[in-house]
Amino acid sequence: MMTPDTEEALAAVIRAANGPLLVQGNGTKSGMLRPVQAAATLSTSSLSGITLYAPNELVMSAKAGTRLSDIETALAAAGQQMICEPPHIHGDNQTIGGIVATNLSGPRRVTGGAMRDHVLGVRAVNGSGEILKFGGRVLKNVTGLDVAKLLTGSFGTLAVMTEVTFKVLPVSEATGTIVLRGLDAEQGVAALSAGLGSPFFVTGAAYLPAEKQALLRIEDFATSVKYRTEKLAAQLGAYGAVEILGTDDSKALWRNIRDCKFLDISEAVWRLSVVPSAGPAILRALAPLGVTGFLDWGGGLVNLAGPADQATHDAVCQAARAAGGTWWLMQAPEPLRTVVDALPPEPEALAAIRARVQASFDPRGILNPGRLRAA
Amino acid sequence: MLQPKPKSNVLEKRAEIIAGLKAVLPERAVIGDDVSLKPYETDGLSAYKQMPLAVVLPENEAQVVAVMKFCHLHGIRIIPRGAGTSLSGGALPLADAVVIGMMRMNKILDVNYADRYAVVQPGVTNIAITQAVQDEEFFYAPDPSSQLACMIGGNVSMNSGGAHCLKYGVTANNLLGLRMVTIEGEVLEIGGKHMDAAGYDWLGLITGSEGQLGVLTEVTVRILHSPEGARAMLAGFASNEVAGACVDAIISSGIIPVALEFMDKPAIHACEDFAHAGYPLDAEALLIIEVEGSETEQTEMLARIRDICAAYHPVSMRVSQTAEESAAIWKGRKGAFGAVGRISPDYLCMDGTIPTSQLPNVLKRMQQMSDDYGLKVANIFHAGDGNLHPLIMFDANDVESFHKAEAFGADILKLCVEVGGCLTGEHGVGIEKRDLMSVQFTPAELDQQRRIKTAFDPDWLLNPSKVFPLSGLSAAA
Ligand SMILES: Cc1cc2nc3c(=O)[nH]c(=O)nc-3n(C[C@H](O)[C@H](O)[C@H](O)COP(=O)(O)OP(=O)(O)OC[C@H]3O[C@@H](n4cnc5c(N)ncnc54)[C@H](O)[C@@H]3O)c2cc1C
Ligand SMILES: Cc1cc2nc3c(=O)[nH]c(=O)nc-3n(C[C@H](O)[C@H](O)[C@H](O)COP(=O)(O)OP(=O)(O)OC[C@H]3O[C@@H](n4cnc5c(N)ncnc54)[C@H](O)[C@@H]3O)c2cc1C
Repeated sequence: MMTPDTEEALAAVIRAANGPLLVQGNGTKSGMLRPVQAAATLSTSSLSGITLYAPNELVMSAKAGTRLSDIETALAAAGQQMICEPPHIHGDNQTIGGIVATNLSGPRRVTGGAMRDHVLGVRAVNGSGEILKFGGRVLKNVTGLDVAKLLTGSFGTLAVMTEVTFKVLPVSEATGTIVLRGLDAEQGVAALSAGLGSPFFVTGAAYLPAEKQALLRIEDFATSVKYRTEKLAAQLGAYGAVEILGTDDSKALWRNIRDCKFLDISEAVWRLSVVPSAGPAILRALAPLGVTGFLDWGGGLVNLAGPADQATHDAVCQAARAAGGTWWLMQAPEPLRTVVDALPPEPEALAAIRARVQASFDPRGILNPGRLRAA
Repeated sequence: MLQPKPKSNVLEKRAEIIAGLKAVLPERAVIGDDVSLKPYETDGLSAYKQMPLAVVLPENEAQVVAVMKFCHLHGIRIIPRGAGTSLSGGALPLADAVVIGMMRMNKILDVNYADRYAVVQPGVTNIAITQAVQDEEFFYAPDPSSQLACMIGGNVSMNSGGAHCLKYGVTANNLLGLRMVTIEGEVLEIGGKHMDAAGYDWLGLITGSEGQLGVLTEVTVRILHSPEGARAMLAGFASNEVAGACVDAIISSGIIPVALEFMDKPAIHACEDFAHAGYPLDAEALLIIEVEGSETEQTEMLARIRDICAAYHPVSMRVSQTAEESAAIWKGRKGAFGAVGRISPDYLCMDGTIPTSQLPNVLKRMQQMSDDYGLKVANIFHAGDGNLHPLIMFDANDVESFHKAEAFGADILKLCVEVGGCLTGEHGVGIEKRDLMSVQFTPAELDQQRRIKTAFDPDWLLNPSKVFPLSGLSAAA
């Protein structure tokens, strides 16, 4: 494994490569999507450290291999946090580069935006070994094509990010959660939609089928949280029995939702994104196949786990497709991951453009070949 | 302004091309006579004018496809156009180009409150989306000052911002899906009605791409429920430095107001003359701060903000007591460009972004430049996110004065980059900042962007001569 400790050295590795490279941070997400066949591994793990933190400007920069946990510790010391609440499903070792490269976001994504909404700039090395920077450190920037967004979520297939800059926000003074009990999935999502369609700025909206609970989170100043949870609880009382959780209980609960603790992680795990109202029917349609899960993002994020076989995978994809949505195969044994569509296939016209864009970054096709789609 | 040489083979065949367009479109959708073409010769950057070869006004996506196929086949350049309010010359025609105007595709196709989205055609104005959903107390968040006129297709192409983007984000943060016709006439569906797309973030790449990658034919936006209420306050300060420090203190305290706007003295005077909003004329700098929520929440938040401001010895401080008062405060701010236009009919509106802590430094150096160039400048600033709008006043009847204004503007933008910011926060590069791109990007970075453009538009027929510097073309080959 190659672990260059400067951007220059990393660029040199790429220029010298004479075959495919497996690109990774600490490798915590190598089970997602498709496996990469490469003789050599290039890791950003030695490119580590926070390079800029200006709390008064809501901005932080860190080298790509900086551990998320180190970033969160530094932010917490200044009373701030990552806006999109990245899941810690993959342990404490995950890097900020990996979070950006996979665009992984947690519960706050529903109203606060995803990682892709908060990436302000990146430094990266493309497949030709050129060191490039896009975006910057300011909150508003429309100068040129938004390549920083394109690299976010590109799973290391276009360029290797060496440093990322992102927007952060203060941690709210208080957090409150409205728990609605005894709801089936349809009622649950209806309650979440009512909450998200209220003036009370809900920052988390999940439904747990096993517990038959709909959960809505409010984060703000303490008096606001009190006022808004009470108003919202009164408004949603018609949906079921209501309980209000305070800050500590809320934080623990939403950490568990963020980390998918309510998912019975069996052989295969999928993440589907659909319109919120489509979530319940997907849960119901897949239950007979032994697929279980829970809903986040107001019902639109369907987290699923079930048997790792082609038939089940096809049924999951079909459910996402029928709802006009999309899917990611988050975890499965390698033989399955190698043969199935880990992401929805592309229409022909888009596939042609994608291939040209990919070649424009990585003409030799050496960065993570096959990671997203079969070559 | 240096423009690419018009393709002589295209100019010579103008009559044939217009006839050809009429063969694939309804007669009423093709404009070919000079009198009717006149309104399309410029956009919000009115110092530049160029009559196009022809204008087409398609009424549906199939007609857009037909135009693209026709132009692609014949190697004709295309300039997409929304309302033409671009301040960077993004919609400026070329002599050998067909302008494809989207204003007739102006229907709202679908609104869904449970799933909180609206599907609209690109020619729908920004304000019309909010108007379509406000009976249900919903709104579309990004609110550029030009929102009465500008169209959602233009907003997406420019990734436009607004006064409230500190809380709600810019256009890119409020989109779910797009339909786009490529130069070859293929229809791409990007995203959908759900959040996030598997695979590359095409939505993110296309947003802000200034008509370089394709023509948008449909946009799906997120809609939000309106807050219970909103209230603005004004705080005037004795210097730009003090006002800048106060902005820092507000953000550091953990309060993110929904809007945090800054005006310097010339801007305060211009806006007050126009809006009579009660802006303090004795202040050197003014902050407009808005918060949202219930009456009690507003009161509490404003009390916290007043406490912070008080520590910076404001020369005046006033919390609006009524909806009318808040409206007047915003009328002044949103009408700021027009207000400056009343003092000086000709002005250039710049749009750089800086790290907010650099504000006092940048304003000081800008004042120095203003003295050196002998041109007045008024500053309006989205202080919360560092987006600066210097308005440089000049006299259009004096060519020298215009050239000086352009040079002054370029110096300001270079300063923005020098202090860690960028050339444009929301108005786009267009033609105006094209040749400054090399201040912010290295040749390799520009070439990477050019190669992406080429992947979508191999012959560079879409809005050419914008965004990328004309010099250095050979490097991209
Ligand atoms: C008084 C005034 C105030 C303004 N205030 C703000 C502000 O507060 N915030 C802000 O961000 N901007 C502001 N602007 C700038 C301008 O209004 C925005 O850039 C707006 O989004 C442009 O929209 P438009 O419909 O006028 O587009 P146009 O000016 O017609 O076009 C803009 C660009 O988009 C491309 N384009 C348009 N439609 C399409 C399409 N369907 N497909 C592909 N490409 C397309 C064009 O080729 C061009 O490059 C202001 C302008 C004025 C005149
Ligand atoms: C790869 C590529 C990159 C481009 N980069 C830019 C840019 O950065 N900024 C901009 O404003 N316009 C760019 N263009 C657009 C092109 O330069 C415009 O059409 C230009 O304005 C043409 O002017 P001309 O008078 O040379 O046109 P023409 O006489 O029509 O061009 C002559 C020939 O040169 C080719 N050509 C022109 N420019 C390039 C180039 N850079 N690389 C390869 N072949 C080329 C054309 O395909 C054409 O066949 C690019 C085009 C291409 C194909």
